[in-house]
Amino acid sequence: MPPFAAVNIRELIRPIGQLLLFSLGSASVLSALVLVLALILDQTAVGLHLHDRYNVSLATYTLVNLPQVVIDGLTIGFVYAAIALGYTMVYGVLEFINFAHSEIFAVGAFVGVELLIALDHTGLLRSASLGMAYAYLTLALLMGMAAAGALAVTVERVAYRPLLGAARLVPLISAIGVSFLLQDVIRLVEGLTTGQFNRIMPTFGNFDRRIMLGRLALGDTTVPLGISVKSIIVITAAVLMLAGLNYLVNATRMGKAIRAVAQDRATASLMGINVNRIISLTFLIGGLLGGAAGVLYALKFTRIDPFVGFFPGLKAFTAAVLGGIGNLTGALLGGIVLGMLETFAGSFLGVFTMGAAGSEYKDIFAFSILILVLVFRPQGLMGRHVGQKA
Amino acid sequence: MRNRFGNLLWTRINTGILPYLLILAHIGLGSALVYSAPRSNLAFLVLISSLFSLYILEADRRFKLIVGAVLALLIIPVIGVRNIFYLEVIFQISVFAALALGLNIVVGFAGLLDLGYVAFYAVGAYLWAFFGSQQYFVLPFAPGTQPSDLPFLLPGDAFYLFLFLAIIVAAITGILLGSPVLRLRGDYLAIVTLGFGEVIRVLANNLDKPLNITNGPQGITPIQRPTMPDWAVDGFNSLFGPVIGHRVGPADMYNVLFYVLALAVILIIILVTRHLDDSKIGRAWTAIREDETAAIAMGIPLVRMKLAAFAVGASFAGVMGVLLAASRTFISPESFSFMQSIGVLAMVILGGSGSIAGVILGAAVVTLLNLQVLQGVSLYLSELRQSDAVIPLINFAWKDLSNQLDPAKYQRLLFGLILILMMIFRPAGLIPARRRMRTLAAEPPEAE
Repeated sequence: MPPFAAVNIRELIRPIGQLLLFSLGSASVLSALVLVLALILDQTAVGLHLHDRYNVSLATYTLVNLPQVVIDGLTIGFVYAAIALGYTMVYGVLEFINFAHSEIFAVGAFVGVELLIALDHTGLLRSASLGMAYAYLTLALLMGMAAAGALAVTVERVAYRPLLGAARLVPLISAIGVSFLLQDVIRLVEGLTTGQFNRIMPTFGNFDRRIMLGRLALGDTTVPLGISVKSIIVITAAVLMLAGLNYLVNATRMGKAIRAVAQDRATASLMGINVNRIISLTFLIGGLLGGAAGVLYALKFTRIDPFVGFFPGLKAFTAAVLGGIGNLTGALLGGIVLGMLETFAGSFLGVFTMGAAGSEYKDIFAFSILILVLVFRPQGLMGRHVGQKA
Repeated sequence: MRNRFGNLLWTRINTGILPYLLILAHIGLGSALVYSAPRSNLAFLVLISSLFSLYILEADRRFKLIVGAVLALLIIPVIGVRNIFYLEVIFQISVFAALALGLNIVVGFAGLLDLGYVAFYAVGAYLWAFFGSQQYFVLPFAPGTQPSDLPFLLPGDAFYLFLFLAIIVAAITGILLGSPVLRLRGDYLAIVTLGFGEVIRVLANNLDKPLNITNGPQGITPIQRPTMPDWAVDGFNSLFGPVIGHRVGPADMYNVLFYVLALAVILIIILVTRHLDDSKIGRAWTAIREDETAAIAMGIPLVRMKLAAFAVGASFAGVMGVLLAASRTFISPESFSFMQSIGVLAMVILGGSGSIAGVILGAAVVTLLNLQVLQGVSLYLSELRQSDAVIPLINFAWKDLSNQLDPAKYQRLLFGLILILMMIFRPAGLIPARRRMRTLAAEPPEAE
């Protein structure tokens, strides 16, 4: 091997192409599905009900709202994808669900937000120029990543490694314990230092600005179509991370070692790979991604609390399973599809059921998908069939 | 693990009439302490721990049964009525012990990790909450808009019928939820059951429209209790009046009634669990837990046996749900959160999954930690906060301690610590099951 391996351009471009493909694909499939549903329901009571309210047909209403839903779905989908990668990396190497990953995500969010709040108190944020604002955000992102990565490695060392040889359920139960413990540790630290559990991301820079892409006519009114700057940041950061991770795993020596350990731990160890170090590394990478996703999540949704990780974590796990757990590309696909599905359900369920079931059921929606996937296609959309390893 | 000296001491303690004397002395001491100091938590702990010494010391079975019955049916109600908080604590221990025994069937016997166990508890609770309150007539009203003079659908005594109905309904729910997912591997099953638990909670939260079935987040109230006959109140008063020192009203008698009911349910559950453990079904569960593939090869109907475990475990929770709804007269979705499921899991793991005595011990310890120790620390801290005391070396005034630090609310920390520490240091639990389980023990290194 030459001292400087040539940059593998293909591995850099491939994931970006895949992401584009997945986004466009899931967006068009879901849009088509919703439109067909709308056309079917148009002549029923549902359509008439809507017609009374907005004076438009259900199909028009759906069509006009679609672009915004797709944009929102993509944004949250990329956050899910970034978290899902953490689950899938660990599962690929250890065949173990890192239940505490959701809290690692939450810790990343808290560290990032606390840093920005501290900067805000010094007045630096308000007076920051646009360039500095982005620099501060990047700093918060890096700090969140560092904290979450360090935490993930520590947790692995303390709570999982002693259980490496044990039966499957033992480390899982320990991980559930870590998850609960961390939730209250965040609460404790926040309670003692700041006196409150709910933290708000300070507003600075131009992140809250919406770039208007136009207005779509809907009956007598118009529906604005836009994308906020922070959504663009979330998507860009996620794409960069995903591409970087893909490169690391598929085109470097270290990645080769990770893949080898995932395939066969014993043989990898015989080939001179330090298995424990690779496992630590896997947790580190998962933690870094999770922490970054946490800060991005805080940027997008502004408010965080110590239990903020639970639902995104569970959904990201669903995304990982949906795509085929252990498969990096699958996690991307799963995250995007799940984010889209959820946003679609949240936006259209209320209209299609005439308000009987609205967006309050969107959390259930993710679980239903998880159950359906596990029952009918346990290997996920892209996974190979894995045998029962006891 | 015990060393030789310990062994010797243990045999010495368990010979002759010594164990009998020790048990009686422990109970006597506990009763005397609680009687003389009804507000002392320590005294209460001494009394409640006498059940433990009754269990571990070696004595004649009949003696143990009689002493246990006297303790449970005479001493505890009388002492509990003097300070109703104790009866409440014991009632909670019983409720959680029953839940833990139910989860023990699923996790401990069949080796299926169920993270949404309180869903079945919720099913039982909402079953009686719906039929035992005015909710049936509230159906067309949005929460908070119903008229106040609605009748009750069923008389309060239908409660006893619903105790049995809950067994069936919860078991059916268990089968319905279980049948699509029981083919899954252990860790996937855990996540899916977690999902089911959340689904039930979200449904309870949101089924206040289009028909108001659960009354949403406000929960259902008032829920009826069975009628309390006058003769029971009078009888209790004339029997124990002199010892208690004041007249016991119907409200306190209800606490006694629910305590006795919970005790009866637990006894039945223990009997059922024991029989199951030694039956063909129990051995099939053990086989599944130890090695699924081998169990299939031996001709064990895998899915049917797993469903049986789910159904039995669910039915225990269902009964306790009805009991809870009636005793609280109020239920809301908050009582059935994921944290409750993990709390019950922590009890099973702490006590020793698969072991009946262990699971009950786990339920008692966790509930006591929750209700007595954590709240005790909370009270102590708030006292410190009001005082002028200062931590000497670091010069920190207790007054400045954040109000947010309320240890009573740190149950997650407690559950988390229990789960991690037990898994690392003692995966078989405080009182390991006789049939030591391999699922939770270290596997011998094997060539894959």
